[in-house]
Amino acid sequence: MTKRPSVAVFKFASCDGCQLTLLDCEDELLALGEKLDIPYFLEATDRREPGPYDVALVEGSITTPHDARRILEVRQQTKFLVTIGACATAGGIQALRNWADHADVLNAVYASPQYIASLATSTAIADHVPVDFELRGCPIDKRQLLEVVRALIAGRRPKTPSHSVCLDCKRRGTVCVVVARGVPCLGPVTQSGCGAICPAYDRGCYGCFGPSVQPNLISLTTQFQRQGTARPDLVRGLRLFNAYAPEFRRECDRLDPATEEPR
Amino acid sequence: MNFSAPPPLNPWTTHSVEVVDVVPEILGVATYQLRFTDPLVRAAYSCVPGQFNMLYLPGVGEAAVSVSGHDVAGDAWLHTVRTAGGVTQTLAGLGIGGNLALRGPFGTSWPVERFPGSDIVFVAGGIGLAPLRPAVEWALDHGDRLGRITLLYGARSPGTVLFASQFDAWRDRGLCIDVTVDRSDPGWLGRVGVVTLLVDRLRPLAPENTILLTCGPEVMMRYVARAALDRGLSAEQIWVSLERNMQCAVGFCGHCQLGPAFICKDGPVFPYDRMAPYLNTEDL
Amino acid sequence: MTSGSPGLDQPLFLPRERLGALISELQSRGYIVVGPVIRQAAIVYDELYTVDDLPRGWTDLQEAGTYRLERRADEQYFGYVVGPHSWKQFLFPPVATVATAVATEAGWNVTAADGRDAPQFAFFGMRACELAAVAVQDRVFIQKDYADPIYKARRDKAFFVAVNCTQAAPTCFCASMNTGPRCTVGFDLALTEIDDGFVVEIGGERGRNVIVALGLAAATNDALRDAEAARRRAADGQTRSMPTEGLRDLLVGNPNHPRWTEVAERCLSCTNCTQVCPTCFCSSVREVTDLDVRQVERRREWDSCFNFDFSYMNGGVVRNSVRSRYRQWLTHKLATWHDQFGESGCVGCGRCITWCPVEIDLTAEVAAIRGDVS
Ligand SMILES: Cc1cc2nc3c(=O)[nH]c(=O)nc-3n(C[C@H](O)[C@H](O)[C@H](O)COP(=O)(O)OP(=O)(O)OC[C@H]3O[C@@H](n4cnc5c(N)ncnc54)[C@H](O)[C@@H]3O)c2cc1C
Ligand code: SF4
Ligand code: SF4
Ligand code: SF4
Repeated sequence: MTKRPSVAVFKFASCDGCQLTLLDCEDELLALGEKLDIPYFLEATDRREPGPYDVALVEGSITTPHDARRILEVRQQTKFLVTIGACATAGGIQALRNWADHADVLNAVYASPQYIASLATSTAIADHVPVDFELRGCPIDKRQLLEVVRALIAGRRPKTPSHSVCLDCKRRGTVCVVVARGVPCLGPVTQSGCGAICPAYDRGCYGCFGPSVQPNLISLTTQFQRQGTARPDLVRGLRLFNAYAPEFRRECDRLDPATEEPR
Repeated sequence: MNFSAPPPLNPWTTHSVEVVDVVPEILGVATYQLRFTDPLVRAAYSCVPGQFNMLYLPGVGEAAVSVSGHDVAGDAWLHTVRTAGGVTQTLAGLGIGGNLALRGPFGTSWPVERFPGSDIVFVAGGIGLAPLRPAVEWALDHGDRLGRITLLYGARSPGTVLFASQFDAWRDRGLCIDVTVDRSDPGWLGRVGVVTLLVDRLRPLAPENTILLTCGPEVMMRYVARAALDRGLSAEQIWVSLERNMQCAVGFCGHCQLGPAFICKDGPVFPYDRMAPYLNTEDL
Repeated sequence: MTSGSPGLDQPLFLPRERLGALISELQSRGYIVVGPVIRQAAIVYDELYTVDDLPRGWTDLQEAGTYRLERRADEQYFGYVVGPHSWKQFLFPPVATVATAVATEAGWNVTAADGRDAPQFAFFGMRACELAAVAVQDRVFIQKDYADPIYKARRDKAFFVAVNCTQAAPTCFCASMNTGPRCTVGFDLALTEIDDGFVVEIGGERGRNVIVALGLAAATNDALRDAEAARRRAADGQTRSMPTEGLRDLLVGNPNHPRWTEVAERCLSCTNCTQVCPTCFCSSVREVTDLDVRQVERRREWDSCFNFDFSYMNGGVVRNSVRSRYRQWLTHKLATWHDQFGESGCVGCGRCITWCPVEIDLTAEVAAIRGDVS
């Protein structure tokens, strides 16, 4: 039998929720341990073995100069780098700071801001190093994570769907909240992943899995405005976990009177 | 109800096949000799030149692959495959003795037997020669019923000429072969340029009595067809083999549509006049 | 249709309070009865346990991009039209296993679905456009050379109780597609709701066997007249229409019409129209495996020509723009479907209009293309 692939798990600025998804694979965990060598995974073990690694699962965004250097090291030691979760793929909820004045934020949060070494922005891993595969979501989806793991074991490229959340709604028979209730929903412009949970509970999609391929945000937000949603509410709706994903960022900036160019 | 018609088949039924041999052809391309595990299936299976099978690697997926020949002695069906992604990579990793599943045959065939007395011109690009090979073989086997038989072949480079080792034997059996490459290298004494140039220069040519069968990248086939029309062939004398994503191979999944056609069951081999308007529409 | 004793094929009268008896009769014959029920603020199709599950006294208000439920002034059982679900979800399930593979010593053991475990459904409350839609999918999935085992087994067993519409939504245009509103073929039983009950028409032997058990009397002339008037309301109430003449050539002949670019500015490529459409049949097959890849399921799921990677091949996609995908959908549905199956792929149910989050209306798109070229 061939050597078990080595998989290291790294954390940057994040809440650990995505790593927990990995630990949450209880049924599969034992088998996973047999199939994979896990030399680095602080959340689960105290192993800290040096690279090189076949695969790195990277959680979290880059928010400090130190992390900006550390991700370069991780990249150097890794053959196949997978970012996991909205923080790593888009900057996360903490990317809201990208719209604020950094000094103001530091002063508001810390008693002695002069000791804090942080960047003015929270950015995606891909803004710093090349990424081989993205697992979206806040948090990531267990089934998609297992697909990545299976692919790694089989030595093939993982395959996750790129369709909209709407398709999942329809496959499970959920009634569309936009059409039947007039509730704004980001599903049509959001990539599949969660299995369309929120609409099944009569709520609009929050866009946890980030923008779908070729999303048409202008058409959707124009429609929601016509149906009575105010612009500031749309901006708030887009400025969540994936606020700094380029397509969402561009649209909330377009809608935000504070950043919009005067006509 | 018509009781003599056999009931429709279950398209999802596969047959187990064994890889009895793997012949590396050119870089990234190999011919897999696949033999049915079940002797009854072995005896019952047959297909015609141009048809394809769905090769299934459990856990990875399926790929449509044309039959590129039949090893009668070994009772194996040949599939010449370029390693592209998941399925084809896994196939490449199986090795001799490997096991997979196959369903088929599907689709339409090259119409070689329908044009007795005609000159036949095969025009292939890259791996497109693989689906044409059974038709070439058939034509050579039935040379007495046909006119002049020609193969025009275009490859990227001298090192990527598919089935090159077979060309001499084919020539001996009466095939006129003309090869061109996009990029030559120092040892190459043959032609350089796109395969359409070979169509432009083809001599002799009796356009009214010629059938042209082409397989290769879609752009290539479009240019080949245009060149053939310029040489006086009509669109009904030109046949192309098309390719699209396929999930079912029988017209249920919708993926392979091009205009009104399901490539899987109305094709993959089409008379060019039927598909020309759709091939020439962008993004269709 | 089989001819039986002529007396029986007279329309019968089913008193309103005995509607439940028809459901029970079907259940006692082993059918899983599915029909309209209210879920999540809409009338959808799900299992009916008793007659009380039906959305009695409710109606739906529909327009492009909106759907609302509202109480009716009366207690009609079927006083609404079609909702976001269609019967296709039962015959062509959104997720189905087409084959399984198990790794053994001797290699892979692959077993194709044979439909043997297919549930036996009775569809309760099919509208004319929905009968037509099933007929359209029959031609897709049950062909001369191949038949889908999952679809065919379910289809062969299914019992169809149709209901004639007695009103139309502004999104309906079945009349112009020639599929309704009157149920004429393809049902086992067809009901028309009037004040105190239902006029029942019998579509064939199977329907007759079921209805006989209820011991109903023939419908009176008054009842027949009321039923006719009720049905006429549905026909007269249709405001939308699809101009079908020359439609195939219009769309096939205009792949570069500027309207495709305009609609692509609005279209989200979200797939909703294709998923609610009762005739759309696109699907993909996915491998679902355990970690060891020893137990494999080939899972077929509803897919859509609006999906970016639907046309993926050779490392790229063929329809790499919303424009090309919307064009593919509309042209296939209304035009090339004729080439493939000898009929339109649209039955005029209006679902794609109502359930498009941005109100795209195929009849308006056709009108725009037609207007510019005529
Ligand atoms: C009728 C027909 C005949 C073919 N004959 C041959 C042949 O003789 N030799 C050969 O090497 N190749 C042939 N191909 C192409 C071959 O099917 C693809 O290269 C193969 O599907 C790639 O699969 P993959 O999983 O390795 O690649 P990936 O890129 O991982 O593809 C993923 C999936 O996309 C689909 N797909 C990707 N590329 C294609 C494609 N070009 N055509 C259809 N579906 C695709 C398949 O469903 C595939 O499983 C043929 C295709 C068709 C339609
Ligand atoms: S509820 Fe949201 S995700 Fe679901 S179909 Fe409607 S718009 Fe799409
Ligand atoms: S295209 Fe629209 S109106 Fe026509 S059958 Fe489909 S959903 Fe109904
Ligand atoms: S037409 Fe409407 S429902 Fe269909 S894909 Fe476009 S936006 Fe979605």
